[in-house]
Amino acid sequence: MPHKRIIYPLVTFFFIIILWELVTRFGDISSNNFPKPIEVLISTEELIVNGKLLKNTVASLFRVSIGFSLAVLLGVPLGIILGRLENAKFLFNPLVQFLRPISPLAWIPLAMLWFGIGDPPAIFLIFLASFFPMVVSTSVAVESIRPTFFQVAANFNFSRYEVLTKIVIPAITPQVITALRMTIAIAWLVVVAAEMIAVQSGLGYLILDSRNALRMDYVMVGMIAIGIIGLLLDFIMRKLGNIESTAWGRLTK
Amino acid sequence: MSHIQIKNLKKSYIDQRRIARGEEKSFKNQDIVVLNDINLEFQDGEMVCILGPSGCGKSTMLRMIAGFEKPTSGHVLINGEVVSQPRADSIFVFQHSGLLPWMTVWENVELGVRHLEDTEKKHKIIQDYINMVELGNFENHYPHQLSGGMLRRAELARALAVNPDTLIMDEPFSGLDFLTHMKMREEVVNMHEFIKKTTLVVTHDIDDALIMGDRVIVMSGRPSQVKLERKLSFGRPRDLGSHPELRELRDEIFFMLGVSYAV
Repeated sequence: MPHKRIIYPLVTFFFIIILWELVTRFGDISSNNFPKPIEVLISTEELIVNGKLLKNTVASLFRVSIGFSLAVLLGVPLGIILGRLENAKFLFNPLVQFLRPISPLAWIPLAMLWFGIGDPPAIFLIFLASFFPMVVSTSVAVESIRPTFFQVAANFNFSRYEVLTKIVIPAITPQVITALRMTIAIAWLVVVAAEMIAVQSGLGYLILDSRNALRMDYVMVGMIAIGIIGLLLDFIMRKLGNIESTAWGRLTK
Repeated sequence: MSHIQIKNLKKSYIDQRRIARGEEKSFKNQDIVVLNDINLEFQDGEMVCILGPSGCGKSTMLRMIAGFEKPTSGHVLINGEVVSQPRADSIFVFQHSGLLPWMTVWENVELGVRHLEDTEKKHKIIQDYINMVELGNFENHYPHQLSGGMLRRAELARALAVNPDTLIMDEPFSGLDFLTHMKMREEVVNMHEFIKKTTLVVTHDIDDALIMGDRVIVMSGRPSQVKLERKLSFGRPRDLGSHPELRELRDEIFFMLGVSYAV
């Protein structure tokens, strides 16, 4: 029943909006504190028409793409190295495990000091938030490759390069795609926080700026935009997992 | 050609559970001995079936012949050369599929001939072996789209495409349904009649061993030793019904393994 996937979520959202309407209409809440759905809808149109919503969304997406891509480009190779070379694992794994639990937000003071204001500190925070999950998931994926595959490689005289390209990379791809999906969600969480500190654009800035202007309707527009884009990012990442040569990864688990 | 000699082969493991209990000091030199002083010889072109109770180390022996594991002492010689690492002239057929799941049947079979420069010749070899194992319309299928029997056949095609001197098969029919098992057995025998490569088959099925083997070897439980070695000079097609000697041998092996066929 494929239509269940579309209709059921719409029903859920519809009821949430009804509930929202009821609470704001009959509850003893000022419209300044909790705007009604219709007010938020009107404000959304305002922000779309004056271009602010698009501009800030693009700014946020830009920072996430740069920070996230850097994290993937550096994190996946490092994860492969940690998963393949025991010495590298002993040298660097404790460091990774030490840095990993430090919230990216704890880096804000240093990030601002080192990178000033503007895009660089925000991108740095997104990078930090995405880098460690990518390293850890990749190295776990490499370590869980079935030993049989390496024996096949040895039996067929694979070079080191072939072991990397014909065994390691395809073997970890399904798990790395899952990790990308998890990690982009984290990056998207962090961008909003990062934009509340050092920049003058982005959805995080839109929310902070609207709060200062006591425009809760704009705050809610920002929140809804963040949610919708998060949903889209997840959808795109899930599509990545549908490539045919990674189908085995979905079936053997 | 390949002439394989196994000389004073011994394999033992350190008992990890004992180490976990902190007993390693008091129990020094009490490693688990899997194989103890095995001496065997396999002639070129021979099909040898190796039987034994489960856990007796027959697979371990195969893995040492393939070069995946190193003996604790003694060695395996192929054509007089000590086996120290896996080599493309002895191909291992894995008990649980060794096909690479991210490659199609075609790509898997191509692995063994990937260095051939003559593309036309390469494609012909790949196609011939895929046809030989009757996977003609499944070149572009991924392993997860194949049945158990087809997986074994695809792996066999991949192994044969290398044109190896030795084929090493670890329980090639385990997990197959009865009919697929019978069919695969027939195919392996036909394949062997046709290419005459040295073929080592580990199995736990006594009938398989007696019907397929030019020779049968029975190993004891741990620490494993060769208990019986018998040449089977019967023509093909061969079945137990028409050879009373084979039935007697089967009863002898059952007795040796501590079970009886008739219940």
